[in-house]
Amino acid sequence: MAKVAMTVNGKAVSGEVEGRTLLVQFLREGLGLTGTHVGCDTSQCGACVVHIDGAAVKACAVFALDAEGASVRTIEGMANADGSLSAIQQAFQDHHALQCGFCTPGMVMSAAALLAENPKPTEREVREYLEGNLCRCTGYHNIVKAIMAASGQEVAIAAE
Amino acid sequence: MYAFEFTRPKTVAEAVAALAGEDAQALGGGQTLIPTLKQRLASPGMLVSLAGIAAMRGVSVAGGTLTVGGGTTHAAVARGAAAAFPALAALAGRIGDPAVRNRGTIGGSLANNDPSACYPAAVLAAGASVVTDRREIAADDFFRGMFATALEAGEIITAVRFPVPQRAAYAKFVQPASRFALVGVFVAKSAAGVRVAVTGASEGGVFRWTQAEAALAADFRPEAVRGLRAAAAGMIGDLHGSPEYRAHLVGVMTARAVAAA
Repeated sequence: MAKVAMTVNGKAVSGEVEGRTLLVQFLREGLGLTGTHVGCDTSQCGACVVHIDGAAVKACAVFALDAEGASVRTIEGMANADGSLSAIQQAFQDHHALQCGFCTPGMVMSAAALLAENPKPTEREVREYLEGNLCRCTGYHNIVKAIMAASGQEVAIAAE
Repeated sequence: MYAFEFTRPKTVAEAVAALAGEDAQALGGGQTLIPTLKQRLASPGMLVSLAGIAAMRGVSVAGGTLTVGGGTTHAAVARGAAAAFPALAALAGRIGDPAVRNRGTIGGSLANNDPSACYPAAVLAAGASVVTDRREIAADDFFRGMFATALEAGEIITAVRFPVPQRAAYAKFVQPASRFALVGVFVAKSAAGVRVAVTGASEGGVFRWTQAEAALAADFRPEAVRGLRAAAAGMIGDLHGSPEYRAHLVGVMTARAVAAA
């Protein structure tokens, strides 16, 4: 076992982990932050996306010890300071961008990373950015709509 | 995953020392190695993470050469090479998905030499050299077949030096589930001539299509390769495409790369 220390959602945290402990395991089992989901565990589905130093990564494909000293943000750190939903989360609710909700934490984290680097993406850019986030319920249309709305843009997506 | 020790050195020298240990394995961004470990297809005694080595990160340009640190992520290459070598930046910006690009590194990709990876095509076509902790290896000597390279045990890719071509482009036919190249062709034209490197197609990994290089040296237009046929013998055949299909795609993607260059 080795000691690991990092900042998660603005709070300094530390714990004892094995070399093989994944960041997602440390978050869920070590810190009790179960909002970050494990879907496929083969780095395909993106349910486990978190931010490391502002960059979206798959927490099932990063070792906890490789996040030493990093600033990690998870879905638990996305709400506004007063506890209300962030603009992206509110847009997901407003546009029915989830059904079962399993993929939603990863979707929201990917959306936040996209809008941080590209505040006014095109619909195509949104879809391309979500290539690593799989949703098996919604068909993506409402997720794309929500992200477009969260970016303050018109939501006009033709049903296919 | 089997258990292993984990170390995260701060310098190349420390990493080389750690990799001299028995059953030690270097870890780049982990986007291939971590899934491999989960499947128990590898069981190193010690993982040596290269992610903490700041000197191995970054993109710089000097005198017509673009140098990429071995630990530079695909996303950082997509940003850092955009002005000086847009074909390389475009290639890096289409590897995997955004989260994979924020983690995977050029050194990790090259050391693994997956037969369908994108970077080997750019390195081979541009005539780049692979810089390690102990030497510099020309692209033509580096790739040794599927998942095989000239790297010795414990040797670390610290940087890749690309002579920036006059014209270049990468055309990738994406395998949509894996987002690897079903066939990818990187074409580079420089004062020394034209080089065409193909990934995703051959059982032997990345290769130069010399027949197309000769045709394009005489006439650098898509029409110059339209009549050429890559041989299907030795091409990968799987549920995604037969050897004949891939051989056909080699010609198609080469013409597209030339048109885009």
